[in-house]
Parts: sequence; C-alpha cells; structure tokens
Amino acid sequence: MAIVYKRPHALTDEVFHYCPGCTHGIIHRLIAETIDELEIEGCTVGIAPVGCAVRAYDFFSCDMVQAAHGRAPAVATGLKRARPENIIFTYQGDGDLAAIGMAETVHAATRGENITVIFVNNAIYGMTGGQMAPTSLPGQVTQTTPYGRDTNSAGYPIRVCELLSTLDGVALAQRVTVDSVRNVRIAKKAIKKAFENQIKGLGFSIVEVVSSCPTNWGMAPNDALKWLQDNMLPYYPLGVYKDISEGGENK
Amino acid sequence: MAEKVLMKGNEALAEAAICAGCRHFFGYPITPQTELAAYMAKKMPKIGGTYLQAESELAAINMVLGASAAGVRAMTSSSSPGISLKTEGISYLAGCDLPALIINVQRGGPGLGGIQPSQSDYWQATKATGHGDFQILVFAPSTIQEMVDLVFLAFDLGDKYRMPAMILLDGMLGQMMEPVVLPEAGKTVVPDRPWAADGHKNKRPHNIINSLYLDPLKLEQTNIERFKRYEKIKGTEQRCEELHTEDADIIIVAYGASSRVCRNAVAAARAQGIKAGMIRPITLWPFPVDTIQKRLVSAKAFLTVEMSMGQMVDDVRLAVNGAKPVHFFGRTGGIIPSPPEVLEQIELINGGI
Repeated sequence: MAIVYKRPHALTDEVFHYCPGCTHGIIHRLIAETIDELEIEGCTVGIAPVGCAVRAYDFFSCDMVQAAHGRAPAVATGLKRARPENIIFTYQGDGDLAAIGMAETVHAATRGENITVIFVNNAIYGMTGGQMAPTSLPGQVTQTTPYGRDTNSAGYPIRVCELLSTLDGVALAQRVTVDSVRNVRIAKKAIKKAFENQIKGLGFSIVEVVSSCPTNWGMAPNDALKWLQDNMLPYYPLGVYKDISEGGENK
Repeated sequence: MAEKVLMKGNEALAEAAICAGCRHFFGYPITPQTELAAYMAKKMPKIGGTYLQAESELAAINMVLGASAAGVRAMTSSSSPGISLKTEGISYLAGCDLPALIINVQRGGPGLGGIQPSQSDYWQATKATGHGDFQILVFAPSTIQEMVDLVFLAFDLGDKYRMPAMILLDGMLGQMMEPVVLPEAGKTVVPDRPWAADGHKNKRPHNIINSLYLDPLKLEQTNIERFKRYEKIKGTEQRCEELHTEDADIIIVAYGASSRVCRNAVAAARAQGIKAGMIRPITLWPFPVDTIQKRLVSAKAFLTVEMSMGQMVDDVRLAVNGAKPVHFFGRTGGIIPSPPEVLEQIELINGGI
C-alpha cells in the first residue's frame, strides 16, 4: 500500500508542546515538508526565536540555533555569511520580529540577506501569557491592554509585509493563513517559494502567517479561527506584497 | 624572520586577526576603534572575507554569534558604550559555549562619557559582560606587539575552552603607533568544530546551539560544569609581567596604558633609591592572583594605578586579602596619569612604611 501521508523527516519525534488549536504545529509541518521536498535537510540551519516556538530547535531535524529575542535575522546573517552554501531560516513571532527585533528585521531585509523568514503573527505575546503585541488589533483586549488597545496611547498595529515590501532587498513578502485546507495549501506554496528563492540567491523572503492563539485570546480553537477570519484578516489582508521571482507579480 | 612594520594599534589588531584566520568581522562605528573597522572594510573583500557594518551593536554581536555557531572564527570591535549593547550577545555566546573575539577600545564613561582613553570598563569586562553566571577571557596588552600576539592567543584559547575572549585596551593604545612583527599565518590552526551548526549533511544527528534549560537542575549542572572549566583556566592561564618585584618594597599593579606610565615611575623611584616594582596583569580574567600572592612576603605595600575611579584594585585587595596595605591612585574621564604623579604616590607610601 502506498503511503500518502506521514511525518516529514525534517521533524523529529519530539512531541509538540503547543496548546490545543495553536497553528504553530501546522506551520512547523509545512516547513518540514518543504525541507523534505527540496532535499535540503543536510544543509539547512534553522533559528529558533524567543517565545512559544523557542523549542523549535527540538522539533526540526536540521541543525538549529536558538537566538536572543528579536536577533534571529542577525544570527541568520552570521550563519549565512559564514556558510553561504547553507540554507538558513528563522522562525519568529510578532513580538520577536516586529517589536524587539524590528531593526534586525528591516536591516536584514534591506541588505537583501539571502535568508528565509517565517513570521507567525497571532497578535499577542503567547509565551509570557498574553500581552499586547505590535500587531495586536485596535481595541483588542490583552493582559497589558485590559480595556482594549487604545490607539491614542498604545499606537497602531504594524503591517509587516506592507512595510517590508517597500525595500529593494526583499525578494518575497507574502501574507498567508492556515485557517482552512485551501489556505494551508497556499501557505505551503508560499513557504516553498521562500526557500526556493534562497536556493536561487534572490534575497530576503518573508512569509507572514496570520495565526491564532486560543489560549491567550481566551477562546475555543474554532472560535479563535472565526475571530481570526472576522478581525485579523480585514486588518491584515492575505496576498503577495512583493515577489521578484519568475512569474512573480512585480519583477 | 618576518619584517618589522610601523602600525597603529587598531590596525595592528585587525591585521593580526586576519593573520589568525579570522575572515568574518561584524561591527558598528564608534570612536576610538574606527581604524580597526575601516581596515577590515578595506582588507576583507580582497581576501574573500566578510566585513559587515551592522545596524547596531546588538546586531553585530549576534552576527558574530551566528558565524561562530556556523564554525568559523568571528570577531567584533567597539568601544565602551557599544560594548554595553553587546553584553546581551556575549552572555548568549557564553551560554552557548561559543568562541568569539571582542575588542574593547575603552573610552571614558559612564553614559556617552568622552572619547579619550580610559580603563573604566574593568568591572564590566571581568565581572559582568552580560547577565548570568559566566566569565570570559580578558587580555590587556600594553604594546602594539603584545596586541598582535594576544589576538592569536585570544582566538586559540577561545577555541580551546569554547568561550568568548575580549582584548581590553584603550583609546591611547588603539591610536598610537609602534613597530610590530606580524606572526606567520601558520602559527595558529583553527580546530575542527564538530559541535557547529553547519548542516548535518545527513551524516550525524542535528547539532543544537542553545542556552535555554527549562529544567533548573539541568541549568545548574551546566553552570557547574562551565565553572569547573573556569577553575582549570584560573590554574593554567594566568599571565602577567613582573618588573623589579623580587626585592621591591612597593609593588605597583597596573595594566595596559597606565602600566606604561608606571614603568617610568618605577624607574624614577629606583633612581632615588626607593625599591619599587610592578606586576602588570596581561590576563585580567583569569586575574594573576598567584603572582601577587607570591610577592606578599617580600612586599611591604601595593599600589594599584588605573585610569578609573578604582576597579581592578578590588581584585588586588582580594588577592592580598588583608596581608599588606593596598593603595590606589587613579585618573579618570579620559585623563592619563603622568609619571611624576605616580612617583609622588610611591614617595608618599615609602614615607609611611
């Protein structure tokens, strides 16, 4: 009997520690499938962030480095400059990438650093228990915005793909989500392209995955996905913001 | 024998690092270390190396971490305020057991301080280059030739003990020129790094470079193991120079730029018949405790001279442990003490013993 679905080789046997309904597991799998399909596990080095995904170093079978909060693109730069033949990816959340690590993100992007960035945007700090993120929506209740995010004092959310798409060094900036089978497939294609771009030497590729955090949003998994569809997607429209690859929308 | 050339301190450091096989430099502009980065920017592209001007000191040290994790010799250089920013990454380097070379061309502080030479980062370098229980190797050259030699040693010992190493100098040493002989490139061999995150090539289990231990017992055990290594280093890697210490009544303890001033003061004191000598630490961590303790019987008093409000003097007092009086003289804020000022201190102490 032919096997049509199995655990990707690029994932270890370690059991995910993620909460029920969290989308990190799906995203990890899509990255691992990509690594398998491109046959690059032996030359790939992943960078785990600070946050819920910190233990990504236990979950991926490729070599892994754990970076300080926000510094993953700088660590990736060092790894890539030292071994340009290797494939380097970072896996970062919204606090990591868009708050404490915004300088590292923007400058790695504008240098056209030939790396792949997987950005998980769930509009909250998950690991520390649900504080406001740079991507928390206006009015969103979090532990540190108990009366809802007041844009007068806490400012506005950052749309990362839109912002980075203005930079010349960026090869791909695409926002996806994994709330349905159809969208998981689109997300997989985007992630694969982000790795293929690096193999081709096209520059900085970022895939933003709009995600849910049922635990810290205080919702059941299905309700969280519904909230994502009703509230996050209007603020963070899915789509390709920049793509210089062959057949891409802007060359 | 290799040719003797006249070089500026900062440039000699850069050239020595290249000779030692370093091909990856990540930095951020700051006075008074500028010439080092500029030299790297000029040289690295011509020898297939990487010079990268980072967006910040934080980014630069984390690029060093990435390159070191990938298994190559990597370095950064900065001056005092910039080193403060790098301390985050230095703590991670230590926690990940990664070697790296960090140069601190010290200037006056705190805050933006000034841009003149200073030795006021001693505490930071030897006690707290970041959060957590750890040490880094700290070397203090006093001549340009010694800078060159210590670059090699810092890379070699950093590799041997898998830990970050710092060369701590100051704006005076960085900016001055002296003749140097550069060692042959073959003098140092970059060892294999089977632990590196350089791609497992489907031949070994994955390597993980990490400093996170959620289990407190594991973290404690990791720190205990690391400190066993530190104890070994304290036993074998203390380095210092002794000047006229065998019969000295008054022993000066000074390093780097201030030791050059003290060398003249010791000569002037000897000319007057005062038995002065000097212990010049070359490693600040590990601190040359053994040599100081060896001189406790013969010496009548110690005088620590620094370009700070008094930082290394703490370590001298710990080594002397109350056995003899320990005096301090310092100038700070970018002022270099003069030989007559130091001589005056020697005379004062001599009058009281």
